[in-house]
Amino acid sequence: MSSANPPRLRIAGLHSPLAGPFDLSVDAGECVAVTGASGSGKSLFLRMIADLDPNDGKVWLDGRERAAFTAPAWRRQVLYNAAETGWWHDDVAPHFHAAAMDFARTMVPLLGLPPDLLDGPVLRLSTGERQRLALIRALAHAPKVLLADEPTGALDEAATAMVETILRERLATGIAIIMVTHSPEQAARLGHRHFLMRDRHLRPADVAAA
Amino acid sequence: MTPILLSPGDIAIASVLILLDGVLSIVLRLGLHWQLGIAAGRMAVQLVLVGFILRAVFAIGSPWLTLLVVLVMVAIAGREVAARPEQRLRNFGNYAVGASAVAAATFLTAMLALTTAIRPHPWYDPHYAIPLVGIVLGSVLNGGSLALDSLLGGVVRERAAVEAQLALGVSYMRAMRGLIRVSVRRGLLPTINQMAAAGIITLPGIMTGQILAGMDPLEAAKYQILLMFLLSGGSGLAAVAVVYLAAWRLTDERQRLRLDRLGAKHR
Repeated sequence: MSSANPPRLRIAGLHSPLAGPFDLSVDAGECVAVTGASGSGKSLFLRMIADLDPNDGKVWLDGRERAAFTAPAWRRQVLYNAAETGWWHDDVAPHFHAAAMDFARTMVPLLGLPPDLLDGPVLRLSTGERQRLALIRALAHAPKVLLADEPTGALDEAATAMVETILRERLATGIAIIMVTHSPEQAARLGHRHFLMRDRHLRPADVAAA
Repeated sequence: MTPILLSPGDIAIASVLILLDGVLSIVLRLGLHWQLGIAAGRMAVQLVLVGFILRAVFAIGSPWLTLLVVLVMVAIAGREVAARPEQRLRNFGNYAVGASAVAAATFLTAMLALTTAIRPHPWYDPHYAIPLVGIVLGSVLNGGSLALDSLLGGVVRERAAVEAQLALGVSYMRAMRGLIRVSVRRGLLPTINQMAAAGIITLPGIMTGQILAGMDPLEAAKYQILLMFLLSGGSGLAAVAVVYLAAWRLTDERQRLRLDRLGAKHR
């Protein structure tokens, strides 16, 4: 990695009345894990990066400033996947475009899901099934940065391992991930760097622990 | 045929029916007799007052006075639209949305009727303008308040679904499309019901009034048809205006969903 290349995602002075300021750089292929108590501001942090909540400060994607993107274009590439995300059709299938559907059909078995889930109603999905399908839905947009909020919060060990495998494969293709997790073990397994959110500020986990 | 004019005695005889209701309330212990009496008295006073005011306004026939009366009616209807929903847009947003939507929908439909179909001389003749605005307002108020309530309640309930779409890079208006459609539909349903029932289940009020006042039933029916079209047009316009104005107030220049601009009704 040459120093001439800008980081995949750079955050400078990102703040709102509710949280921050935050400064962080994440390279392509890098996973930054964020842990911290409930209500410490982890989700707020991710939502501010995705520009879903009002915020001030600067964010760059591959050296291009966020203000230069339209909001939808930014969010498609710097994609926030909520812990419990919403569904806006009755059935699962209409949430995927034709191309995304092909992708989803290849992904479903890799995440331990029965293939016919994609043809059923959303109401029949368990929390864990919804969470995995939401991850597929997010990855189908091929984001450059994935802001993953508790990607395995509702999953058992086996399903968690499958999700981690998929995320590792994505990292290898050059995506950057900022992952919020409750599990320090998961942060250690996936994260190249580990930060702790405390009182709505971010510190490196080893310093914070000391 | 001239209208049969009512004497105070005629009305006094009819008021026996209200007394009958009161007796029923006492016998069956419904506890409604005071409310009933107050409501009946209030209704009579209000209508007689309005009768006097309209008589004076009609006699003066000034366009400015007519406009003033219309503006007062619109302002009251706008307030009612704003007051209905459980959710409130901050900074008097409900009032701004309600008043502008009601005013636009009412003026457009009333002007259309006064300049094309009814064509009184002069066109602002209060005999026509004020009752027309009144009946259009009733329908506009109904459609507008239902649509606004549906949108503001729906956006709170469906927050996760809207934000999930925004997070995937869908534009705000696209993400709101389902809610917008449901809310406009909600605003239009009463008028559709009213049109479907007209003549078979109910004899509409205007037509009844005109027949009682001596008009030929077919002429009265034509008036009623014209009014039904005006009412459905008015409530459709009001529902669309209310829903889009409210939806715009719930977003910003970065196409976020700004539910912080919404608060629950006080009390």
